[in-house]
Amino acid sequence: MSTIVIEPGRTEKNYWVDLWHYRELFLILAWRDISVRYKQTIIGILWAILRPFLTMVVFTVIFGRIAKLPSDGSAPYALLVFAALLPWSLFSNALSESSNSLIGNANLIGKVYFPRLIIPVATLVTAFIDFLISFIILIGMIVYYQFTPGWQMLLLPFFIILALLASLGPGLWITALNVKYRDFRYIIPFVVQFGLYVSPVGFSSKVVPEQWRLLYSLNPMVGVIDGFRWCILGGNSPIYVPGFLLSLAIIAFFLWLGVTRFRKTEKTFADLI
Amino acid sequence: MSDIVIKAENLGKKYVIGHQAERGSYTALRDVLMHNAQTLWNKTKDLATGKPIIQGDTLEEVWALKDVNFEIRRGEAVGIIGRNGAGKSTLLKILSRIVEPSTGRVTIEGRVASLLEVGTGFHPELTGRENIYLNGTILGMTRAEIKRKFDEIVAFAEVEKYLDTPVKRYSSGMYVRLAFAVAAHLEPEILVIDEILAVGDAQFQKKCLGKMSTVAKQGRTVLFVSHNMSAVVGLCRSAMLLELGQVVIMGPVKEVINRYTLTAGCETSVDLERLPHGGSGAFARLQMLSLFNDTGEPTGTFPMGGTAIMRLRVHCHQHMTNFEIGVKISSWAGVAVHYFVSTWEGMRCDLGEGIHLFEITIPKIMLLPGKYLIGAWVLREGNPADDHVQEITTIEVVGSDVNGYGADFERYAYSGCEVYAPSHCSIVKINE
Repeated sequence: MSTIVIEPGRTEKNYWVDLWHYRELFLILAWRDISVRYKQTIIGILWAILRPFLTMVVFTVIFGRIAKLPSDGSAPYALLVFAALLPWSLFSNALSESSNSLIGNANLIGKVYFPRLIIPVATLVTAFIDFLISFIILIGMIVYYQFTPGWQMLLLPFFIILALLASLGPGLWITALNVKYRDFRYIIPFVVQFGLYVSPVGFSSKVVPEQWRLLYSLNPMVGVIDGFRWCILGGNSPIYVPGFLLSLAIIAFFLWLGVTRFRKTEKTFADLI
Repeated sequence: MSDIVIKAENLGKKYVIGHQAERGSYTALRDVLMHNAQTLWNKTKDLATGKPIIQGDTLEEVWALKDVNFEIRRGEAVGIIGRNGAGKSTLLKILSRIVEPSTGRVTIEGRVASLLEVGTGFHPELTGRENIYLNGTILGMTRAEIKRKFDEIVAFAEVEKYLDTPVKRYSSGMYVRLAFAVAAHLEPEILVIDEILAVGDAQFQKKCLGKMSTVAKQGRTVLFVSHNMSAVVGLCRSAMLLELGQVVIMGPVKEVINRYTLTAGCETSVDLERLPHGGSGAFARLQMLSLFNDTGEPTGTFPMGGTAIMRLRVHCHQHMTNFEIGVKISSWAGVAVHYFVSTWEGMRCDLGEGIHLFEITIPKIMLLPGKYLIGAWVLREGNPADDHVQEITTIEVVGSDVNGYGADFERYAYSGCEVYAPSHCSIVKINE
């Protein structure tokens, strides 16, 4: 029989094991978010296709046609935009949902115990499902442009995980802060909107002058987006390695920061929420 | 292996709450700006140092629990009683690991399931079937366990026909039944329950109590918080009385309840400032309740049919329109027996700022002998209670020859009757 000791400031040694015990709760919370997401909407799941598609059209027209920015190699501009829009929507959906997740589940936090980490992590699943659905558009575009992706496509799962981890770090940190200071719920929509233009979504990161590229890669999404383009567009879009490594380091740093901040404040959530 | 499953040592929980300083109206725009700037600066300082933001000008530390020590043995069903604000819910929250204690420690042997609310995590958009799985998992059941008990849960809740309807279309009764049915099928080693029977219709409440006493009889450890003394007696053999965050007495349930009825009151004049208040408190605050008999003597004991006078002192922070003041008398089972409400008796008025004293006279108390609890509220007609205090004190009604026929009211009070109303009785026809 297990013995539980409850003491102020005590952190469980078997927190991560405990997390594994609660895997069914994780799955059911993720399932709940997904099945509730498009309830009582007319076009339902089509929203997951329509939003990125329309954004892609607008960006292609503005950046490709009007501003006449160059594409990567021979890749069609629309494909260039969509290869970046995919990870960007994955990132921004995951970030906004995970950072609001604790407040959205305040009723659970005040009434039952479970490792709180489950809540923000479960929201990643919803964002991932939306991503899979909009992936259909990419396949459609590849067929339409008669574009043949290379072997690099096989490495895409790695970059998908990277995009999720990139959102999880700040997401955990902000959702924990959100419990104490509700200001952060207003900051996130702004960050997401801002980030769409700061990250190389509508244009290729090669547009950035060479001497600034390393600095530009401080934005972790630069590495993720470049990775996606490399996978999808193949040789047309080689990765800028120093910048990519820097993005990786930044993602790892935020992940560490997010998890430690979250763990540290986790016990006070029920008092504050 | 020791037989003690829960052991609490020096347990304490501190909360810091903020008070809005009382102040007159601002004289100048400059003062308003100064005050707001001050608040903003303080909040920024809190953010920088990682302190939570507490609204208010002055901070006060409140110990919801202090120096609590107890041991609970395996298979024991323990009732936790005490007035509102005595720390019962805080204790349950600590035991269920939802909040962290500020001092002391608890050692628990075994799996704890806590029911602090029915239907935790129910999602209105999901169907009954989906919610059973959702809620069950949240309460700590495995998917396989829920699957095995699914039919039993549905039968218990009596919602077979609506299993695939979203629960937002359920009546509140169905909703509660479904929620309780899931909870009732938990099989943890230790079950922690808070006030759960305050919901549902009487018949269903009975069914729940029955289900819970079977749980208790199966050798599980049950901790049960309730205001319903008959439920506590029915379910638990021992009990713990909490008062102002401390354990007053722990022992056989009858003994503890007797002690509770004694300590909870028979004060003839109660300073309400030391009791927990509910409501928004935007307009008024109840300050004092005093009880008198018809000759003006302070007393908490009234003969049946006697006169009771209650005086309530109310402080109005600001002008209050459509004022209503009310007094509630409820039984120990938590059932409201009488309301005495100013607006029912035609008193309609607005109140100015300041302290007001009200007197409510009950010309004839029509309660059967026994002990009853008093509560009070103030509100603006049509709005929820602005300030209310529950369980202020107890009054005792003693038998008297109220109608001159020497009726033995005590005997009937014992079997559960609470209110007497006179009637006429005559023989209209004799069949020979």
